[in-house]
Amino acid sequence: MRAFLVRRVAFALVLVACASSTAFLLTRAAPGDLATLLGPLAKAGEVAALRERFGLDQPIIVQWAHWASRAVRLDLGESFLYNRPVISVLGPAALNTAILAIVALTLATASGIFLGVVSGSGGRTVARTVIRLLSALCVSLPPLLTSLIFVFIAARTGIVPAGGMSSASAGDLSWAAWLADVAWHIPLPALALALPIAATFERLQSQALTEVVDQPFVTAARARGVPGPALIWRHAWPASLRPICAVLGVAIGVLLSGSFVVEYVTTWPGLGRLMYEALRARDIYLVAGCAAAGSALLACGTLAGDLLLAAVDPRVREETGA
Amino acid sequence: MRRAGIGLLALVGLVAILAPWVAPNAPDRAFADLFSAPPTAVHVWDGGPRAPFIYRQRMVSRLEKRFETVVTERIPLRWFDGGRLVTGAPDAGVPLLLLGADGYGRDIFARLVHGSRLTLALALIATLGATLLGGLVGGVSGYAGGRVDLLLSRVTEFVLVLPAIYVVLALRAALPLVVPPRTVFLSLAGIFVVLGWPTVARGVRAIIASERSRDYVSAAEALGAGSARVLLRHLLPSARGHLLMQATLLLPAFILAEATMSYIGLGFPEATPTWGTMLQDAANAALLGDAPWALAPAGAIFLVVLAVNLAVQGAGRGPVQLDR
Repeated sequence: MRAFLVRRVAFALVLVACASSTAFLLTRAAPGDLATLLGPLAKAGEVAALRERFGLDQPIIVQWAHWASRAVRLDLGESFLYNRPVISVLGPAALNTAILAIVALTLATASGIFLGVVSGSGGRTVARTVIRLLSALCVSLPPLLTSLIFVFIAARTGIVPAGGMSSASAGDLSWAAWLADVAWHIPLPALALALPIAATFERLQSQALTEVVDQPFVTAARARGVPGPALIWRHAWPASLRPICAVLGVAIGVLLSGSFVVEYVTTWPGLGRLMYEALRARDIYLVAGCAAAGSALLACGTLAGDLLLAAVDPRVREETGA
Repeated sequence: MRRAGIGLLALVGLVAILAPWVAPNAPDRAFADLFSAPPTAVHVWDGGPRAPFIYRQRMVSRLEKRFETVVTERIPLRWFDGGRLVTGAPDAGVPLLLLGADGYGRDIFARLVHGSRLTLALALIATLGATLLGGLVGGVSGYAGGRVDLLLSRVTEFVLVLPAIYVVLALRAALPLVVPPRTVFLSLAGIFVVLGWPTVARGVRAIIASERSRDYVSAAEALGAGSARVLLRHLLPSARGHLLMQATLLLPAFILAEATMSYIGLGFPEATPTWGTMLQDAANAALLGDAPWALAPAGAIFLVVLAVNLAVQGAGRGPVQLDR
């Protein structure tokens, strides 16, 4: 188990380093830099001073080496856009994205598994047909579309706020009130993000359960007189969990990619939005920082997914030599 | 269900090819007094059955974008006129707006139909590229084995675990923000191929690696076939099913990717109609909660993704794959 963990953490570190360096070098190599922010009327001296302050006057490799040597000490440089250290801008944004992703994943897993069990356990044909129809529709509704449609509905009906993470006055609120405010804003983006994943989980769970229900140990339990719901939830369901746990890691990747678009549409102040702004402003240190944080979140998520799979399925533990 | 999916895809393809003929108006023509106008209703009854006709829509309030229908004058639809299937009287200010007008007064249906060309062409070309590259890399990796296999597999795995959207953004960042449509087309296609090939390659590698020990491969080699011939003529056909399956997964993913990039302003310029650029207008309408017809491009994307899913899986519940 330890060797497995060490290998995975090392791989995650390489991933973070490569992703952020690539982002850094590509953004740096792109035409136009920070100096364009000064406008066309800026004096040559001003431009030169600005470039020198942020190290933009050096060759690209030298600049990268400087950045990398500080980055390993978790000093990601200074953001031009916010005039603050990248880390201090990155932290809240990464947290917001993580909150959104975790809520969406919980929502998707809970509803996907429950509906999958209902539609996969046989009987109750009306519920089954409705669930299957809905999930067939939702699989074809990616977050880009769901978030647009939800924002439209929210704007028209006013049931929940159409965007943002908190109200304008949130700064003055107490901790509990702020939390309630965020909870008021989160259903829309979380649901938009969760729907397609919930539909996929529903399918997987339904398929897996249909297969398990036919197995001898379930028949044996039924013969002993175990009543219907207990038969499904206590006996059949735990044995059918593997497929969902197996795609959990991928689902987290999907979630992080999808959250970019949802954040953009619903103006959720997360990592995706931040990276987009940084990119438009050619804020290379912030772009690299966002790429690093994004890949770190992804690596954490995949690792958590793998560990969960190992916890649920003994066969995986054996393979990894635990 | 399967047939319905394939039929729907064929219809979308046909409409895209025949776009200039199907669209009632030019996609870039802005009707000055019809900003965000609702869809034109087509009537066939006015005291008695009539040939299909429409009424003029007059703007009542520019600020609130309210319109009223002028029912005093019937304007008959013109069929097969001026190289179009059907059209209203655009020159008299009474165009046939099947899906209403966008914020600039342009015909949404016409833009949708014309936009499908660029969107679908980009997705098709990127899918083709990713499938070919993936097939080739996977094939070489599986057939050569040893160190080549190890190296190619590591690269494949690495690209596979990269957070796709951040890589797309970073790659796109290497270009100026505003570029002509042709450059956008080529660069987006390139970026999609770079991110799309690994899923294909991984599967192809597994298939080829298991096939290469079969007798027919040894037979071909014994007959003096070179390794390129063995790989391309004998081994790769066995991965045909996998390639086709992956292509159907990549196509909707790429349509979405184009839509996302154009929507956030890093894809095609606003004036070029694609489903992504049209979504910008849809987002404005969504935020204001009016003009639901502006969400039409979202509907178009949904239809195509649904059609692909139906065509692949039918009513049966085949395996599903999450794609990024």
